[in-house]
Amino acid sequence: MTENENTTNDPIIICEDVHKWFDDFHVLKGITTSFKKGERAVICGPSGSGKSTFIRTINRLEEHQRGTIIVDGIELSNDLRNINLIRQEVGMVFQQFNLFPHLSNLKNITLGPMRVRKLSKRQAEEEALALLERMDIADQAYKYPSEVSGGQQQRVAIARALAMEPKIMLFDEPTSALDPEMISEVLDVMRELAHSGMTMLVVTHEMGFAREVADRIMFFDEGVVIEEAAPADFFDNPQHERTKLFISQTLQH
Amino acid sequence: MEELTFTQEIKPPSTKKGPIRWLKDNLFSNWYNTVLTLFAIVFLYFLFKGVYTWVFTQAKWAVIPANLQILSVGSYPREQLWRVAYVVYVLAILMGLSAGIWKGLNQQITSAVACIGAVITLLPIHVNTSVREAAVIATILIAVSYVFGRDRQNLKRWVIIGWVLMFPWMMFMLRGFGENAISTINWGGLLLTLILAVVGIVACFPIGVLLALGRRSQLPAIRWISIAYIEVVRGMPLVTILFMGSLMLPIFMPGDFQLDKVVRAMIALTLFSAAYMAENVRGGLQAVPRGQYEAAQAVGLSYPKTMTFIVLPQALRSVIPAIVGQFIALFKDTSLVSIIALSELLGVSDNILGNPKWTGLKPELYLFIAVVYFIFTFAMSYVSQIVEADLGVGKH
Ligand SMILES: Nc1ncnc2c1ncn2[C@@H]1O[C@H](COP(=O)(O)OP(=O)(O)OP(=O)(O)O)[C@@H](O)[C@H]1O
Ligand SMILES: [Mg+2]
Repeated sequence: MTENENTTNDPIIICEDVHKWFDDFHVLKGITTSFKKGERAVICGPSGSGKSTFIRTINRLEEHQRGTIIVDGIELSNDLRNINLIRQEVGMVFQQFNLFPHLSNLKNITLGPMRVRKLSKRQAEEEALALLERMDIADQAYKYPSEVSGGQQQRVAIARALAMEPKIMLFDEPTSALDPEMISEVLDVMRELAHSGMTMLVVTHEMGFAREVADRIMFFDEGVVIEEAAPADFFDNPQHERTKLFISQTLQH
Repeated sequence: MEELTFTQEIKPPSTKKGPIRWLKDNLFSNWYNTVLTLFAIVFLYFLFKGVYTWVFTQAKWAVIPANLQILSVGSYPREQLWRVAYVVYVLAILMGLSAGIWKGLNQQITSAVACIGAVITLLPIHVNTSVREAAVIATILIAVSYVFGRDRQNLKRWVIIGWVLMFPWMMFMLRGFGENAISTINWGGLLLTLILAVVGIVACFPIGVLLALGRRSQLPAIRWISIAYIEVVRGMPLVTILFMGSLMLPIFMPGDFQLDKVVRAMIALTLFSAAYMAENVRGGLQAVPRGQYEAAQAVGLSYPKTMTFIVLPQALRSVIPAIVGQFIALFKDTSLVSIIALSELLGVSDNILGNPKWTGLKPELYLFIAVVYFIFTFAMSYVSQIVEADLGVGKH
């Protein structure tokens, strides 16, 4: 495990006994955890175990029905002002990219800064171009999302999230929709982001990435976290039967 | 001893065919296609012959130029026609400026209109010299303001304000005031058709969008009101709504207050069209995937901003054909206002045919009116195709 010199002891996300139901279906069954500033957490687990649902409660794309979530000192409630404040601090990257198809890549990125952070067009574009440069796709700025490859689209999506200058980044299987040769270009960007000290919650099946970058790996099963540990312990000394099975299965691939 | 390692490039097989070959493949490929082709040729021959002889030897076209004024403006008083001309001039200036400032689409639409102006100027038939004069002035105004508007981005705001103020000003201008006021009863012909259509189109669009959003609202009250409105209005014929606007509305109005007849027709057309517009827009909204809302929210956009910048642009451009179809229908539906005694383009034909001099010339008149309707609806359809190409619909 790489030593993460960026983490501090202040928790930036606190979850206490978080429950979530879809109708009668109990998806999250009491998640209690916290994430420190600068921490890199990887979340894994079998399909349908509630990983996506959990990270989506943190920017309230899903509403939790019991327990508390506090993000950067603001409690998530139905108060719209709080939700919008938190969404500005929390960036999200989706499995299917979800870029805005009617806008150029550059405009995808500048929209938030211009409409939410109220930057001038010039300044927003300057920042966006710098971000695209950092993502290594400056030459794709004026194309439309449908005109670039999947790996490039996902990097545009990461740039779009970063343009809001978030304190936390959520990734929901960011490489799962990509062809193998494009996965590494996205992971490279995420690795760079991790080293810059960003707080990151990453749902992924990329165990190499997890081992290399994560401070902590959380294993979800049926709506609960059944095991969490530093990567070295998680991979080499798993405690739970389910975890052992999962690791042996994923490492086979 | 070099070996050629490239694959040789060869031309694609030729798909060109000679005309004989084409005829054989497409029209005479087997016996029943041959029969059908021959039938079609005979049928088309008689059709064309009939139309040709009627149009060029039998029809009495004199009715058109003689009544051009009535067809254009109805019984709008002749000595007040300068008011119409002024409205046209201001429109010309606004269009010219918009074309200069925004370029693109505005440019194409405006040049089309300028062409119409030029055509009227050069029309071979006998038109009133003052009409010719007005067309010349309007065409020149378009050209001049276009040149003036280029590279004057700072005028943007003023031109938008100008367009917004255009409508109330136009109503005021056409009506006049005081003793000489021209009652809207006298508005007619193409002028009235265009006013009703433009007002209906411009007004039904935002109302339709709001109704569509309302129908999908989380708030039950708003949702039910929207659904009720849409379903009730769609369940009524436009004629009924026009009648209600014309006969029943005055009963509910307090005291002597009388809403102008033309304004009532505008309201009826707008409210009617809005219900259909709402359903068109809703179709577009349903085509926008949930991920788009989520991505917009994740960036921190509020609901109104999500709708304005992300959802509606995608929803609307996917239903442009349906929306334009709705606009075209509205344009033609304006002809129904004749049942509440307004004489728009189709309605004035009764006034003309009532003149003993022109009795029996219905076919000529109706054909001409049909052509005028076609020109406008085809233009709308054409513009919508430009808009789609402009927005890259289907490409990204
Ligand atoms: N909007 C929804 N309505 C009803 N059920 C849902 C909804 N979203 C998710 N679920 C259900 O909740 C459970 C957890 O879903 P979630 O997407 O969080 O799983 P996941 O761990 O991310 O799985 P995967 O690895 O397949 O993405 C699944 O059984 C899913 O069917
Ligand atoms: Mg998931």
